[in-house]
Amino acid sequence: MTRFGMVMDVTKCNGCYNCFISCKDEYCGNEHKGYSAALPMTGQTFLTVVEKERGQYPKVKVDYVAHLCQQCDAMPCGNGHPDAVYMRDDGIVIIDPKKAAGLKDIVGRCPYRVITWNEEKEVAQKCTMCAHLLDDGWKEPRCVESCPTGALVFGDLDDPNSDISKLVKSAKTEQLANYKLGEKVCYVGLPKEFIAGAVVFGDKDECAKDVDVILESEGKTVAATKTDGFGDFEFEGLAAPTQYQVRVVAAGYDPKAVDVKLYKSVNLGDIVL
Amino acid sequence: MGEKTFVNCTGGGPIRVHVEGGKITKVRPLVFDENDAASWVIDVDGKKYTPPRKACVAPFTLTERARVYSEDRIMYPMKRVDFDPKGAPGSTGPGGRNAQNRGKSPYVRISWKEAFELVGNEMIRIRKDYGPEAITSRASSHHNWGNVGYRTGAWSRFFSLIGFTDILDNPDSWEGWHWGATHTYGFYWRLGNPEHYDMLEDSLRNTELIIHWGNDVDSTHGIYGGNESAQWRLWFRDKGVKQIFLDPYFNYTAAHVGSKWISYRPGTTSALAAAIAHVWLTEGTYDKEYVERKTLGFDEFKKYILGEEDGTPKTPQWGEEVTDVPARTIVALAREWASHRTTLAGGTKGGEGGYCRQAYATEHARMLVLLQAMQGLGKPGVGIWGTGNGPPYNHTLDFPGYASGGNFNLMAEKPIANPVAQRLYRITAPDAILNGKDAWMGQPFCGGSLEQQFIKWEYPLPGHSKVKMFYRYGGAFLSTMVDTNKWVRMYQSPELEFVVNQDCWFSTETRLADVILPACTNLERDDISEYASSGGYSLHASGSANHRIIIYQQKCVEPVGESKSDYDIFCGLAEKLGVLQEYTEGNTWDQWIEKMFYKSDLPKYIMFDEFKKKGYFVVPQLENYKPTPALRWWYEDRTCDTPDTSNPKRHTDKGTELGTYSGKIEFVSQSLLANTPDDTERAPLAKYIPSWEGHESEAFKKYPIALISPHPRFTFHTHHDHHVPWLSEIPGHRLDNDGYKYWVARVHPSDAEPRGIKQGDVIELYNDRASVLCVAQVTERVRPGVLHSYEGAASYDPIEPGKAGTTDRGGCVNMLTPSKMVSKNVPGMAPNSCLIEFRKWEA
Repeated sequence: MTRFGMVMDVTKCNGCYNCFISCKDEYCGNEHKGYSAALPMTGQTFLTVVEKERGQYPKVKVDYVAHLCQQCDAMPCGNGHPDAVYMRDDGIVIIDPKKAAGLKDIVGRCPYRVITWNEEKEVAQKCTMCAHLLDDGWKEPRCVESCPTGALVFGDLDDPNSDISKLVKSAKTEQLANYKLGEKVCYVGLPKEFIAGAVVFGDKDECAKDVDVILESEGKTVAATKTDGFGDFEFEGLAAPTQYQVRVVAAGYDPKAVDVKLYKSVNLGDIVL
Repeated sequence: MGEKTFVNCTGGGPIRVHVEGGKITKVRPLVFDENDAASWVIDVDGKKYTPPRKACVAPFTLTERARVYSEDRIMYPMKRVDFDPKGAPGSTGPGGRNAQNRGKSPYVRISWKEAFELVGNEMIRIRKDYGPEAITSRASSHHNWGNVGYRTGAWSRFFSLIGFTDILDNPDSWEGWHWGATHTYGFYWRLGNPEHYDMLEDSLRNTELIIHWGNDVDSTHGIYGGNESAQWRLWFRDKGVKQIFLDPYFNYTAAHVGSKWISYRPGTTSALAAAIAHVWLTEGTYDKEYVERKTLGFDEFKKYILGEEDGTPKTPQWGEEVTDVPARTIVALAREWASHRTTLAGGTKGGEGGYCRQAYATEHARMLVLLQAMQGLGKPGVGIWGTGNGPPYNHTLDFPGYASGGNFNLMAEKPIANPVAQRLYRITAPDAILNGKDAWMGQPFCGGSLEQQFIKWEYPLPGHSKVKMFYRYGGAFLSTMVDTNKWVRMYQSPELEFVVNQDCWFSTETRLADVILPACTNLERDDISEYASSGGYSLHASGSANHRIIIYQQKCVEPVGESKSDYDIFCGLAEKLGVLQEYTEGNTWDQWIEKMFYKSDLPKYIMFDEFKKKGYFVVPQLENYKPTPALRWWYEDRTCDTPDTSNPKRHTDKGTELGTYSGKIEFVSQSLLANTPDDTERAPLAKYIPSWEGHESEAFKKYPIALISPHPRFTFHTHHDHHVPWLSEIPGHRLDNDGYKYWVARVHPSDAEPRGIKQGDVIELYNDRASVLCVAQVTERVRPGVLHSYEGAASYDPIEPGKAGTTDRGGCVNMLTPSKMVSKNVPGMAPNSCLIEFRKWEA
């Protein structure tokens, strides 16, 4: 059986918004009978790019996460509306544009908040993975076609040789949230929190290169790294809120420790030895 | 009615356009089929790199449907209500010309017949009364695409035929490289940008570190190359090649692939470069053999850096004081640079960051070349390369770039050259009109020789009339040029007896005209072109794309409203002026396109009918391709072996030389020594000079915020902004406040908080030149003390229409930027030397 899914590799995305724009181009003012009513030219959208800025000047990171229908097998959007919301044999969840007319409660049933209300057509709407195009022989939805970096991967989850299956098998993928709804959209590299800083040899006013930096929590080592040529270090992908301690150890210098109550990504600035 | 698809092209890539019932329904990137030529493969240590089988287009390219049907489209010809052509020049009131009301008064619809009558008769009158030089005209950069039907074709041919005072373009995207770097390493034939051949493969093989200095190639796209090279930088990242970004703004490319961000005080980049050189000199970490063999004047440079000349050693500590980059970071950067095979993504083609458009930008661009000279420029992995061009490239198929087929002269039986010698200069054109005179040194945008930079110009030329009529084509200068309130003043001057604006959309300048003529877009007519290919002074520029794609631009739909193709509009005027036969030479439009096809090498590869039907041709790669990396010949003392046929020394007895006077890299420029020996602002030896509008200038006391306004992320200059509502939904482009989509200004929390400004607030950016409203994006991505916005707002929305200097809500931040040129003898624009203050807007 074919079971369509999508993976977004956040680490590859350069934030060009081609996915957002081609989605608009496909659906704004364009009705696809049986699949989706026309979206208004502005405002409503099936795919939103959420920009996440982390850290503080000058240790900053920016990531982009495409939010779109997660194609849940559990179909919480369809609760109570078995006729209006259905799953196709290929796993794509469709809100029938005719049968779902007037059923505004569908919007609120999505825990991912990716269903929107079309005021003019009075219908709840969401991404269809461009099912009308797939049925017409297309290989991939518009957003994937226009992605220049390969950040969006679409394919058959049941085909062990498909790129998407290999990605999912790599065990690097994760869900946008922990709802366990049988989502068929998943992500690589969703931004977590980081702790970064720079180590300085105070006596020489020099960037401290190749210095050991250890991250501990509850007395246990969580991670260890070495500073680079700028004295910079970084611990990425951390859980928060968590109490951490950053320890810096360099031969010939007194060690230093910094306590960090990590709520959101933080630049500790210069740690002077 | 069934669906049809067509192929066309844009300034951000080729597209497939779907049409149903005569309406565009979707616009997609062009995707290749199995019959198209194979893609290149670069094999590095068994790892194979190959591009996707499609065009990786720019975001704005995918908005073409919305742009064609934009609410901003000009649907029919119009005349300003209080413009009466019977009125005498300078007349006001009923029956007058009322130039003072340009930008204020509304328009009435007129027919094309009336429009041709009116414009044609005015042109006849002005030519009769004053001569052909009394008409000036200028096109904007790239609101459409196509070799034949666009600005270097239809527009250029018409005005060259009748004769006109042309307006000289300045190299507005990389001034410092043109006016500066050319005197250090030549490449004047590329306006200061170095050759780029095979830099992708060479860098993948050899480069260990990439330093992006003012480079945001994910935003500037190698100019027309869309997102083609975004994948390449991921390859470097995944290979473990670190990418350091130097920029006052944590730009989009840095956010994508950066491993380190160093932010400097705007206007101080050449001091940072000098301090890096100081580290190398004192630590001995530069290529002494290369410097001895390949450069000239190093000892004088050394004296300057070590302070033996002026008593100030350019130490890292000195560098810290000037640039605000910690001395230890400067030392670390210098050591990383020298200890790796480092390519300098220095903001050449495609990465036009702030520094090459600022006060004394020449000094910085020269310094960058000199730094790479100290590290052996041309050595494997050591290049000057913006990472946005230079994949394996089949140069053997000749197809003219848009700038190469100008005036149809390639195809016409009788070539045409503009008979008028008088010129205006784009940056100072408003001053010239308002003051009646102008003078400057240097022929800008000219790649014929270094000497052209020393030609003295004056306006009006002796024996020539001043300009009386401005025919603006695709207008957008209010947010691409500098101190642009003066353009509004110019338009309202009675010196301009008549103003025409021909465009597809209402843009910043459109409503400052007397007559508005609606042109159709290139999706509404046929044309022919190559993706990303400009030709001219950017030979083989299509190397900013992964594949060479030559396009028969198929007409997708009928012209919207009453709009006409540019060619048809100029035919209508040519008929009025009695030169229709000379303009067309009896050709139909299709015949001109076919002639361009036969002037190229395409007929060796594909039949015209097949090309026209399919809509595109992917140029095949050469078999047994032998890369010739840029400047490797130079490094290895060989004669130039790259395909850069625009290099005048190539295949001569001076083929081993660069384009400088000495043929070497010149620490002391011989061309500056010979032509302007007494110039202290672009002296023969490059130096750091404090900005005339920077942190050490008087204005800083009143206006402590540095505005930097590089090229925009989501549009091409102004094009696609405002006309496309979708782009206004991207938070990095425009942001909504109370139903109005404001242009975005990025400020650091430490600057926002003391001013009581929160994310999303409307703020006023102001100085003595202008007042512009933006919406505040409070972000850690911008250096404290810097306000980052973009040039390129397509809407000019003055609070008091028709009053120059009134607050603009549209976002034309260029109104704030200074008129002052790069330096005394360098007539480049310097919008990134701009001090402002900002405050919360209380309307």
